[in-house]
Amino acid sequence: MQRKSLDVWVGLFVVLGALALMFLALRAGNMSSMNFGSSYTVTANFDNIGGLKPRAPIKSAGVVVGRVESIGFNDKKFQAQVIMRLQSEYQFPKDSSAKILTSGLLGEQYIGLEPGGDVKNFAQGDRIKSTQSAIVLENLISQFLFSKAAETNSKEEK
Amino acid sequence: MMQTLTTGLAKLGALVRIMLINLGAATRTFVTLLAGSGALLRRPRLVTDQIHFIGNYSLVIIAVSGLFVGFVLGLQGYYTLNKYGSEQALGLLVALSLTRELGPVVTALLFAGRAGTSLTAEIGLMKAGEQLAAMEMMAVDPLHRILAPRFWAGVIAMPVLAAIFSAVGIFGGYIVGVGLIGVDEGAFWSQMQGGVDVWSDVANGVLKSCVFGVAVTFIALYQGYCAAPTPEGVARATTRTVVIGSLVVLWCDFLLTALMFS
Repeated sequence: MQRKSLDVWVGLFVVLGALALMFLALRAGNMSSMNFGSSYTVTANFDNIGGLKPRAPIKSAGVVVGRVESIGFNDKKFQAQVIMRLQSEYQFPKDSSAKILTSGLLGEQYIGLEPGGDVKNFAQGDRIKSTQSAIVLENLISQFLFSKAAETNSKEEK
Repeated sequence: MMQTLTTGLAKLGALVRIMLINLGAATRTFVTLLAGSGALLRRPRLVTDQIHFIGNYSLVIIAVSGLFVGFVLGLQGYYTLNKYGSEQALGLLVALSLTRELGPVVTALLFAGRAGTSLTAEIGLMKAGEQLAAMEMMAVDPLHRILAPRFWAGVIAMPVLAAIFSAVGIFGGYIVGVGLIGVDEGAFWSQMQGGVDVWSDVANGVLKSCVFGVAVTFIALYQGYCAAPTPEGVARATTRTVVIGSLVVLWCDFLLTALMFS
């Protein structure tokens, strides 16, 4: 009899541990938002990906439709090659364009997908042709400075 | 001058030699322990008894410590994050620090103090009372009959306790952050879910606690097994369990963190 009650307590202990782990995985972790449904991948080449990381969200109209699978470097074109995994329930026209955007001023970077007008949809392994790189702050500042300098030069010439 | 130098060198050499001998003997014991563990599959009751003693009785101290660590993380995290106006990230901070670091490490340190010492004292006293020698006389290997069930119980109990610690800690952070300070509840959970990865954070934390379980339990058992069979020897062995166990846990933690999150 005592034997049985001891086993019950040990069983309870292990179940408690399993529940804690489930809580960590589902409530604290991203297990619940993981997608186990079917999906397809498309690739896109970017001149500059900025701070994009694998597993970054892919959003269309603000809704997460997929995640970045991997990021590589294409040494023929000298461009970043991003493989994106999209959920099968969301289909996009073949001429959709991808942009690298930033959420908020200092937030993480994600890929924004803008649907085009083609009748055909993306198939597994397709390439997104029109892409727009991440905005690099230094380039933005230097552009601004150069345009300012050009402005003052043209004023002096007058 | 020369004399003192040579004696100094000789002492250093002797110290290194003793350390190597101890390490070798510990490794040999560890391998024998693992080799003899197969018999436990036929008698799982031995392990269940020890899990009850090591795990269930440690539950209260682990849960209460987890709760208070969560409270403190909530308060301190809010204090720092508030300076940058990003107190919504409080949930993320609490969850990441608990699952990746504090959960496994603090549990292992508490475990060394709560369960490790009792294991060392128990086995040390068995040795002092010549119970282990008596078993050997009856052709029962104490490594297999006494040490192996305790070892596996510790290895099983540690990840369970660490998971409970982390979960209770997150709950503690929630009570302080959302209940007391008034951080937005939705942001607290959604930022946490957005930032905590199941594999790279939660699973690696579990892996860490498994390694700590092996290290702490084995150190406790080995210290008891090698203790001098006197009251003083058992006392020293118990102290060494806590000191060596804690240092090994912290050292392993650094190593594992560098390997996992590099």
